[in-house]
Parts: sequence; C-alpha cells; structure tokens
Amino acid sequence: MKNHVFRPLLVVIGLIVIALIFRFFYVPKDFGVHERGYMYGWYRQGNIEDWRNFSVKYQGKDSCSGCHADKVENISKTPHAIIQCENCHGPAMEHPSNPPKLVIDKSRAQCLRCHSWLPYPSSGRSQIRGIDPDKHNPDVECVMCHNPHKPSLEGLT
Amino acid sequence: MVHGELWTVKELFVYPNEYIYWSVQIVMYPFMTGLVAGAFVLSSLYHVFAIKELKDIARFALVFSFALLFAAPVPIILHLQHPLRGINVMMTPHFTSAIAAFGIVFSAYGAIVASELWFLYRKHFVDIALPLKEKPDKTLGEWFKFIVFCTLTLGVYDVSEESLHRDEKAIKVLAGIGIPVACFLHGYAGFIFGSVKANALWMTPLMPVIFIMSAIVSGIALCMLTYIVTMEIRKLVAKKKSASLPRHETREELQSAEINVIRMTAKYLLLFLVFAITLELLDLVFRGYTAVKSWDVLRSIIYGKDFTDIFILQYTVGNLIPFILFLLPNLTIRRAVLAVLLVMFGVFMMRWNVVIGGQAFSLSFAGYMHYHLPIIPHDWETLKEGFFGALGVFIMPFVLFYFMIKIFPIFDLKESH
Amino acid sequence: MNRRDFLKNTVKGIAGIALPLAAFEFVNPRELFATKDDNAKVRWGFLVDTYKCVGCGLCVKACKLENEIPYDANVSRTWVERYVITKDGKKYADSPKAARDGFTTGKIDLGEGKFQEIRNEDIEKAFFVPKLCNQCENPPCVQVCPVGATYQAADGVVLVDRTWCIGCGYCIMGCPYGVRFFHPKYLTAEKCNFCYHRISKGLKTACVQACPFGARQIGNLKDPSDPVTKIIMTERVGILKEEYGTKPQVFYVGLDREVK
Repeated sequence: MKNHVFRPLLVVIGLIVIALIFRFFYVPKDFGVHERGYMYGWYRQGNIEDWRNFSVKYQGKDSCSGCHADKVENISKTPHAIIQCENCHGPAMEHPSNPPKLVIDKSRAQCLRCHSWLPYPSSGRSQIRGIDPDKHNPDVECVMCHNPHKPSLEGLT
Repeated sequence: MVHGELWTVKELFVYPNEYIYWSVQIVMYPFMTGLVAGAFVLSSLYHVFAIKELKDIARFALVFSFALLFAAPVPIILHLQHPLRGINVMMTPHFTSAIAAFGIVFSAYGAIVASELWFLYRKHFVDIALPLKEKPDKTLGEWFKFIVFCTLTLGVYDVSEESLHRDEKAIKVLAGIGIPVACFLHGYAGFIFGSVKANALWMTPLMPVIFIMSAIVSGIALCMLTYIVTMEIRKLVAKKKSASLPRHETREELQSAEINVIRMTAKYLLLFLVFAITLELLDLVFRGYTAVKSWDVLRSIIYGKDFTDIFILQYTVGNLIPFILFLLPNLTIRRAVLAVLLVMFGVFMMRWNVVIGGQAFSLSFAGYMHYHLPIIPHDWETLKEGFFGALGVFIMPFVLFYFMIKIFPIFDLKESH
Repeated sequence: MNRRDFLKNTVKGIAGIALPLAAFEFVNPRELFATKDDNAKVRWGFLVDTYKCVGCGLCVKACKLENEIPYDANVSRTWVERYVITKDGKKYADSPKAARDGFTTGKIDLGEGKFQEIRNEDIEKAFFVPKLCNQCENPPCVQVCPVGATYQAADGVVLVDRTWCIGCGYCIMGCPYGVRFFHPKYLTAEKCNFCYHRISKGLKTACVQACPFGARQIGNLKDPSDPVTKIIMTERVGILKEEYGTKPQVFYVGLDREVK
C-alpha cells in the first residue's frame, strides 16, 4: 500500500513546475547577473541600451554658435558669457526643425535667480551685483530696462 | 500630486523628495502576517507539544490561519505602484533584499498549512465524496459539491485506522516544520525594517525578534477572540432554531467557550507579551544610553510628537492594561475578550509606531513629516491607501473564514485528530 | 521495481534536483563572490564646489527638462539646499521647490506656509549645497531592490529599469541621502542617473552644462589626467554621510559640518 502522505508534496512540486514554465516565457532572456555581481548587477541587460537611447534635449552653447555666432560673440564679452543660451531660451532639442522657435524667458523670476542680492559672505552669491526685489521696481520685468545680452548698467535701454 | 504628497505635511528642513511613501497598508501588512504566524503557532502548540487543552482551538486556529494567509498579501497589492508586476518578486527574486524572501516564504508556508489542513480534513472529504460518488442522480448543487470534494481528496480514499494514524504523524511533522517557517514568515517582515540602515528608527538587530514576539501575541489574541465569538454565535443560532421547533438545545450546542482553554491560552499570550515588551524597552533604553547622532531627532519623536501613540496607546492601553487584566485571578470570558481586543490594538499600534514613526522625521534629522491618514476617499488612491482600504483588509479574513468553514468545518466533526 | 515505479521515481528525482539547480541560476556562488569588475575603463565621479554655487537653480530647471520630470511636480532628480547659520548659533536650512526657481528671497522656508525672516547683520555664514545621486560604490538601494529593477552598470552609474520596477518603494526607503522618489507619471522609482544618455555620448550632464559658475563637474575617476579626478585626488574634498558605508562618488569642496 503506497504511502498517501506524499500526495500533497506532489501537488506542490507540480505547482512549482508550472511556475518555472511560466517564468521561462515571462522573464526576458537578457535578465541575469552582469558586471558588479549578483548583489549590484542583477538586471535586464537591454535596459542599459534603453537609457543610452533616451533623447537629448539640451544641445549646449557650441551648437548655438553654428547659426547664431553673432549673438554668442556679443554675449561672450559680457559677464553673462558664463550663462548657457538654453538657460533662458529653453532646451534646443532639434531646433530649428523642432521646435522652429525657442522661448525667451523674460520673467522677473528668471533674473532674480542670481540678481536678488543675498548677504551670504561665504558663498559666491554675495559677489553677484543684485537688488532687493521688494524695493527695486517690483512687478516690472527686468528686461524693460536691462538687456540680458548686454547687461552692463552703463548700457541701459 | 506625487505619491505620498497628499497625506504628508512637512515641517522644517525635509529633503525635497521625501514623503511618507509607506502608509497605512504597510502597517497592515506586518499586522496581518503577524496574525498568520501567531495563529499557526497556536495551532502547533497542540499538534507538536500535545497540550491537550488546546485541541479545540487548534483546529480553529489552523483554518483561520489559512484564511489570514490569503488576506495577508492584499495590503501589498494595494500598496504597489505596479501591482500586476508583483509577480516579478517570484520570477526574478533578488535575495539580497528581504522583500524577495516573500515569494519563497509565503509559498512554503501556504504549502505547509494547506497540506496540514488536508491531512486534518481528509477523512471529512472522503466521507462526503464517497456517498456522492455512489449516488446515481445528482442535482447540480450536488454535482458541484462532488467535484470539489473529489478533487480535495487528491485521489486518496483510504480512511483505515492505519492511514489516519499516518495522517496524525504527518500533521505533527508539518506543524513542527511550520513553526520555524511561521517565525521566518514574520521574522523576515521585521528584517525588512531592521536592516534599513538609512532609517535611524528602524535600524536595529532586535527588530525581527520584536516583530515575531508581537506577531505571536496578536495571533493568539485573535484566535482567542474569534473562538469566543464563534461559540457565542453558535449558541445564538441553536437558540433560534429551538425557538421555532419544539425541542431543547443539546448540551454541546449550549456550550460556551471553555474557560480552561481560554485561561491556558492566555498564559501563553502573556509569556510572549512579556518577551515583546522586554525587547522593545531594551531597544529604547539602548538608544537613549548610546545617544548616537540620530538620538536628538528620535527623542523628539518618541518623547515628543509620538508620545501619545507610543506610551499611552501602545504601551499602556495596548500592553499594560491587558497584562493586568490577564493576571487578575479568576479570568472570566468577558475580561478575556476586553484584554485580547486591547492586545490586538496594542500590536497594531506597535506596527504603526514603527512604520509611520520611522517616517516622522526627515533623513536630514532637522525636519519632520506628519502623516494624515485619508479617511473619506475621493479617488482610488485615497481609498486603497486610506482608512477604508485598511479596514477592508482587516475584514477580509473573516469573510474568507466564513466561506472556508463550509469546506473545513470546525464543529460537529465526527472524528478529529 | 516495475517500469511504472521506475518512471515515477525518475521524474521525482529530476524534479527534486531541478529545484536546487534552479536556485543556482539565481545565485551562482562564483558570481556572488566575484569582486567588482576592476577592468572597467570608466568610473563616473562628480565634483561639487559649494563656494561657487550661488543658488540660481538653473541646474534643477535643466535637469527637469532634460530628464522629463514633470516641471510642477514637487520632486526632482537634483536639488540645491541653502544653509544659514546666525551669530547666536541657530541653524536654518531649506530647499524651496527643490530650488527649481532658485533662491530669490532671504526668508527661510520652514514648511506649512511659515517663513523665517533673518536680518542680514545676524548672518554668520551661509552657503548653498547642490545634491544629487551619489552613484555609491556600495549602493544600498540596489541591495534592497526585491526584483532586480535597479542595478549598477559597469561604469558605476545606478540605473532603474522602468519596465520591471514594481513600485514597492524599498529603494526609496533604503537611500540615506533621500535622492529617490516615485516618478509622477511612470509610477516607478526614479533618481538622478548622471544623465546616462548624455555622458554615454561624450556630453556633460544637463546640470553640469547649465551651471554658469562651474559649481558642478563630472569626470572619470579612473582617468588620472581628468581635471575633475585631479582635484578630487589632490585637494581636500568631503563626502556625505560616510558612516553608512555606501562609498558615495560625489565629492564636495567646502563641505561644512552643518550640511545634513
């Protein structure tokens, strides 16, 4: 008389086999242990390529000067030379095909990022010439008087 | 709104990406798995250690443990941002993570409980299936019953004394293996928290042990409670029946919960409660004594913002008062019911104070986050991660239990192991 | 033994052996104990100069737009913190909207709509500290991921597989630096990945390119001639929360003891 006691164990083994078969179809083939070992390198290899193919949005000043050399030249003579064009004009992406025109951030908030003067002696912030935003022409856009491409106070429009 | 922003209020300096991500459902999960583990340990106390007085409650506890087992993963499914991908934990488990143990431990535990139930109820299945097999004309309901119970016999129809004796041995073995597995089931939940070095409140090697001890406490408490309640319901049902028919209730039907069973079980509950409290107080004393970098902010949480939650609700209402209630001589059923309700509340508060308390302070140690549990739901997220989601999870095992005792009856069994 | 029993026992035997062998597929002891690949030519490292940072927040804006993190969502892959220490020893720190709009007022954001005014003459020292994922050498976030959705590439960058992440949040809880969050749209774990799509093409990260003051730099720690590497090796730099043993690879010039 066979021992019926192992009957539940057979059911369990059957379920495990079904799970393993499901796993064979469900888990991507490139999933496994890669460089960095099991602790830090257990992943789907194809994901690295997915991230490499993520689209680049910001192109950088060098690509702007290809067509806008004069603007880049002019601003390079001012303290604003250190600012990337795209900081105020938004990411170039595939400009000029997409988008055909870039934005111009003329808001007061944009200038105040650096030019709202803060008394922080141990930080470069206190070296930037700035104003008190509550006192200096509040509610008026800075560009009404100041030209970001030629920010010299002597050249106010 | 990003996930967690709705119910988090930040105070002082909190990192921009910090929110209370692990909300009430993560409190419910260790609470439910704790009930599972505790119910199983109670059942095993009879099967392994042959403590005869626990025979009635043992069978009850095992079936309830099975009902709880199905309810336990529900808080996780509700919490996951991608619940349908939850199966990934079983498909590509990363065993350096405590959570990856979920797949193995839950499946192993489920297999053990299901097998133990099979051995316990095998004769009952055969007793139902065989006569139905012989019956020539079956109604649709009877056909369904026949299919279900025939499948449940797993093709074994031998109910001789020898085979039943083998069943008993198998149960003993399974109950024996099951105890460490049940401990692992809840110990790993404690390890999930205790191993997170980034969280100053959670990080302690005591966490898995504290969780196991309080899990057993809650499991025993729940079984005692449900056992008492079920016996009372039985009495009511029997009284109703005999009110309409000209007959008296049998002695068995009028029986309340056995006071000796309650008193014996209470002793075990107290034992584990003492373990749990000792470890928690040890952790607290150690933290205060060593006073590492995080102690300033933790002290302001433990003795300040969360003082009521920890010392009043958990330690006093949830631990000290039931402790006294159990120790007073001549324990009555009514006093036992109050005490177990308070104990379960205390265990719930312990999970709350760990999960929510651990997120009450910022990683900067210079700011706080306040958790506002969503009560009235206004969308799916505030329902599933809010009060009613938690309540639903808590009620689910009782509903499952009601259906399960149609297959695994806990009363009126002719032969019980 | 008859043929039936033989077949049955063989099947049982194979099933029994298959299970532990399947376990080896998950955990190959040789791979488990393998030392990290020291043959990799590139190991990305980052340098932050807290003297140069002025808190303009252009890095945060650029990061959000480059990496498609919803602009109005209150999460960011990178952020800037402000610290103000007054003469009476009080310390204040904030990071309003992760410094997406910079710091345009001297009032400290205390949360719950409250602000702290500080008189200019009371300031002892104040500075800005940009923060981002440290791409740790021993990343605790990768260790706690239950499904292998987050991992470390051979060049040290820690990435997240958006198709595999189940959204449990364990990695977010596991990071001592608080750099991780849930992406509001994809509902998967998200964090700075050193603009992996850019550095793999020889470009700089969006934040490094956007910073007008050169407060952020990225380099290859395995290349001794890399200017960033030279600074890290020869000048005095600090790292964040060293006590956690994560071995972060973002280095700070001028890291103050007050930085949290």
